[in-house]
Amino acid sequence: MPPPPLHDPLAPPLPGAGTAIRNTTCYMCACRCGIRVHLADGEVRYIDGNPDHPLNKGVICAKGSSGIMKQYSPARLTRPLKRKPGAERGAGEFEAISWDEAFALLEERLARIRSTDPRRFALFTGRDQMQALTGLFARQFGTPNYAAHGGFCSVNMAAGMIYTIGGSFWEFGGPDLERAKLFVMIGTAEDHHSNPLKIAIAKFKRDGGRFVSINPVRTGYSAIADEWMPIRPGTDGALLLALIHELVALGLYDRDFLVRYTNAGQLVNTDERNDEFGMFVRTEVPKEEGCFDPQNKLWWDRATNRPVVTHAEGADPFLLGEFRLSDGTAVKPAFQLLKERVDAYTPEWAAGVTGIPADAIRRLAHEMGVTARDQKIELPIAWTDIWGREHETVTGNPVAFHAMRGLAAHSNGFHTIRALAILMTLLGTIDRPGGFRHKAPFPRPIPPCAKTPNTPLAIKPDHPLDGLALGWPAEPDDLFVDENGAPVRIDKAFSWEYPLAVHGMMHDVVTNAWRGDPYPIDTLLLFMANMAWNSTMNTVEVRKMLNDRGDDGEYKIPFLVVCDAFQSETTAFADLVLPDTTYLERHDVMSMLDRPISEFEGPVDSVRIPVVPPTGECKPFQEVLIELAGRLKLPAFVRPDGTRRFRDYPDFIVNYETEPGSGIGFLSGWRGKGGEKFMRGEPNPRQWEMYAQNNCIFQYRLPPSYQYMRNWNKGYLEWSQRNRIQRYAEPILVHLYSEVLQKFRLAARGKGMSRKPPAHLAARIDTFFDPLPFYYEPLEAQRTDRTRYPLAAVTQRPMAMYHSWDSQNAWLRQIHAHNHLYVNPKVARAAGIEDGAWMWVESPWGKVRCICKHSEAVEPGTVWTWNAIGKADGAWRLAPDANESELGFLLNHLISDELPDGAGGRISNSDPITGQAAWYDVRVRIYPAAADEPRETWPRFAAVPAAPGTGSTPRLLAYFARRKARP
Amino acid sequence: MTQLALVIDLNVCVGCHACVTSCKEWNTSGSAGPLADTMPYGKDPSGAFFNRVQTFEVGEFPDTQTVHFPKSCLHCEDPPCVPVCPTGASYKRKEDGIVLVDYDKCIGCKYCSWACPYGARELDPVRKVMTKCTLCVDRIYDRTRPEAERKPACVLACPTSARLFGDIHDPQSQVSQAIRDNAGYALMPEWGTHPANHYLPRRRTSARIHEDELTRADNPLKVDGLLPRPPKSDPSLDDVMSW
Repeated sequence: MPPPPLHDPLAPPLPGAGTAIRNTTCYMCACRCGIRVHLADGEVRYIDGNPDHPLNKGVICAKGSSGIMKQYSPARLTRPLKRKPGAERGAGEFEAISWDEAFALLEERLARIRSTDPRRFALFTGRDQMQALTGLFARQFGTPNYAAHGGFCSVNMAAGMIYTIGGSFWEFGGPDLERAKLFVMIGTAEDHHSNPLKIAIAKFKRDGGRFVSINPVRTGYSAIADEWMPIRPGTDGALLLALIHELVALGLYDRDFLVRYTNAGQLVNTDERNDEFGMFVRTEVPKEEGCFDPQNKLWWDRATNRPVVTHAEGADPFLLGEFRLSDGTAVKPAFQLLKERVDAYTPEWAAGVTGIPADAIRRLAHEMGVTARDQKIELPIAWTDIWGREHETVTGNPVAFHAMRGLAAHSNGFHTIRALAILMTLLGTIDRPGGFRHKAPFPRPIPPCAKTPNTPLAIKPDHPLDGLALGWPAEPDDLFVDENGAPVRIDKAFSWEYPLAVHGMMHDVVTNAWRGDPYPIDTLLLFMANMAWNSTMNTVEVRKMLNDRGDDGEYKIPFLVVCDAFQSETTAFADLVLPDTTYLERHDVMSMLDRPISEFEGPVDSVRIPVVPPTGECKPFQEVLIELAGRLKLPAFVRPDGTRRFRDYPDFIVNYETEPGSGIGFLSGWRGKGGEKFMRGEPNPRQWEMYAQNNCIFQYRLPPSYQYMRNWNKGYLEWSQRNRIQRYAEPILVHLYSEVLQKFRLAARGKGMSRKPPAHLAARIDTFFDPLPFYYEPLEAQRTDRTRYPLAAVTQRPMAMYHSWDSQNAWLRQIHAHNHLYVNPKVARAAGIEDGAWMWVESPWGKVRCICKHSEAVEPGTVWTWNAIGKADGAWRLAPDANESELGFLLNHLISDELPDGAGGRISNSDPITGQAAWYDVRVRIYPAAADEPRETWPRFAAVPAAPGTGSTPRLLAYFARRKARP
Repeated sequence: MTQLALVIDLNVCVGCHACVTSCKEWNTSGSAGPLADTMPYGKDPSGAFFNRVQTFEVGEFPDTQTVHFPKSCLHCEDPPCVPVCPTGASYKRKEDGIVLVDYDKCIGCKYCSWACPYGARELDPVRKVMTKCTLCVDRIYDRTRPEAERKPACVLACPTSARLFGDIHDPQSQVSQAIRDNAGYALMPEWGTHPANHYLPRRRTSARIHEDELTRADNPLKVDGLLPRPPKSDPSLDDVMSW
């Protein structure tokens, strides 16, 4: 018998340590899982997933488990900082100031701007989860120059899907893997809804589902796919259109679904000489009020062989054919036009574009079509459609899809994503079991009702903006342009250049402001966005722009304010740095007014509640906005007598209503005086407490009969109208054919009464505002010499890092301390580059020296790397010789923010419809680094010093909660 | 005799590293901690982790598999690290088969890490003692914790539930069934170490569509009067038959 161990492995290491468990919401990425923070005498002992949270059900990811190292990171900013007099921007030389001084400075400057020209203040936010508040602040200030980061994230995914089915992936909806039989994931999509998707995919696979991944790279979720179909980047649209071609050619589509629930059967005017060409024929043409789709279109009835109003009792329309109305107008059903569109998109054609063999494309189409048709689900749930027809069951066609940035971040992404939404619709999978399902507040009308102003007159000194800074244009008259058709916003969103830029275009703000195009600004306030590094295209030049002066010696962007929790590459350029708190130190709301965490079964919103006190002088950005709004006397934030209305952010959240007495506020749960109401009700002073007692969430489960077919579900639509989720209870027909796009095209052709684009943009609008999806090569590739730059270069986000945010995290950086460029071995060897060797990757815009890694898991036409692992020297409080800055690299140096417009001018390197940054379009070539070159990355940047108030960086770290109390 | 172990399902592991950092997080302030890191903010950061994910590729493009392979101490039934320990610090618990290091006896001589064929042991750079996976022995018997949470941190964290925990000697346990049903295997059996931890291999679901499923009586094209038919320009007998 061996002697008993001296070290008792079961004994608690700190006998008597007081432990407490506090619930809140994670923010190590945008997923927003419920977490439990275990505190040992006030210090974070560990963080685990909250088992009672609907999103993550107790699990947690690598980032979430490393929250301690974020909380106690030396890169944390803890004091407001002012650039030292005489110091250059980018040098990172600061002096600490008080909050009083910081607020006084901001108040004086912003008040002056507001009373002269509010446009000169621009507020752009990165990965923030408080757009309802930041947007309200900007609107109340009176500036149109506000957006979050969606323009360079995945706006194509939001816009392409919402303009087609009235909802989209991630927060808006997702694949119902609980009941799907076939799951197709296209492009990189790991990072949006990461834990819920991981949970769902694992369960799906265990239940015997088949998972097909279409991606140039096999990593992440693609690794466990049953089949990997490597595809060339930017060609997904060609694949999707070929799949549609095959499904239509074989009749493998859900005809009943198309007839009842889409505009497939609606008759389109095909008379080219007519002003209404390409528009749906209407029974009457009164002024259409509201933002819903009026039911005044026509079908060609098969039984009576004449036109009837859609959904007329007993009618069944032709989906194919061509007809002539009694007045001689030639018309075709929308589905006929779709069929004609995809005729030429054969699998053979797509094989040449995508690199996927034609028979594989056919096989995939057949698998989708047959699975959808023959493995139908019939749930015994009775429901009533909006036309009053009773249904005994809810039907499901169990083919589910997921896609995010892999499709979105291309200049042809909008049409690609329209094609995806149409494919999903042909299979009959919209808001049905086993297919795609919406999450409240979606579905919304197509497009949703919110609009920006359509004139610069909406901007008045000392007044709120007359409209929202971001909206959903339905026609040319909704564009935010002046009388000459020129952009009103600094980022040119909602202009003729990028008409449907529904998330703004943060990626163009620095360039435009620097150039003074369309006008110069005074103060740029950035929150949580690393615009001097990984969040910007053309990083080297953008850094110069931030530091550039005009002939008068003044900075071209006169005043730059950055709010962040960490010393990033961007804080070094700020004139004023505001230290934000971490997620463990503050209140937050994941609001129904913003992007809630709803589930398929109904609306869910959630909160963060501070679990540890703020570090140093850190102040949550929300408190900064509430304070500034009070000082600037922005109307929504002050009483009629000009005194401050809200004590602080928690007070604001409880008491703010969208209009006095509206009963609609940031949080939908426990409203009403005693917390007895939801969605709508008077402010409840104990609302925070009630969230705290309920896992920091409010979850409402719709009755099962309201949980499906919500675009057309009478019960759901009326419920959502009663609860003020929507203004109208009208059907939301899927737009196979997009009249919204056609309206812009007609304007470009000089037809109709609406505004017309400036002459130099008419051809662009005419080309891209096609009412049916089409494939075009990404714009950059069209302008690039493909023999010189034969390869596509893309990035993915590693699952253990959230953008640039986690390199200061001592644990996570050990997983990804530097990145490589992954190259197919055959391609690398042909270029003379060995595995592990230093190499150059070069685009028409720049070049980077990096380390090559041979990989059989990447298709030969693509090279790729992990995003944002490379860091500028000294940023994030890493040593200047840290792997991130010496060996790691940023692919952004190869990507241009602009492209030649073909007429001697420049245009943003973005989707011409939505303004989505085309990160993934860049073309490159590769060659070995010479033997005598330094073994380090290029370009590198001068190291920045530690900002005052940041922590020390020990050579050894041995974290032990409540160490000081250890015996 | 109980033998606790992890069974790791490679069929669903996506390589997210949740198990890696949740392990570090629990154990650094637990009875096995602290787990130190050197140069945490400098060049070549390195630290003690009880569990790491290795990623490798199998096969040639396009028939490539990317395998994410989490690896920690396998709690061998015949652990080679135990007999080589000169101080008796390395030991296997009788009651549950967990292999542990007694930090109060360990002198950091590394014999055990040389003996381990799996590279599963890591010398703590500060305490200079050998560390390794404890199967969270300080959690799994903690009666202050709800029963469902008396599991290793990595098991609870794993978003794909790729990590199962239980007694592989109990034929009715979830882990034993998983090994039986899914061809679970142990690493390098030729070493005779009888690892307690097992891995479940990739399992591929394939689809088969029959030709006659593509042409159906209820083809919707028929409704619209347009059954699929070859283009008129396709060659036909009409082109060649003249009598």
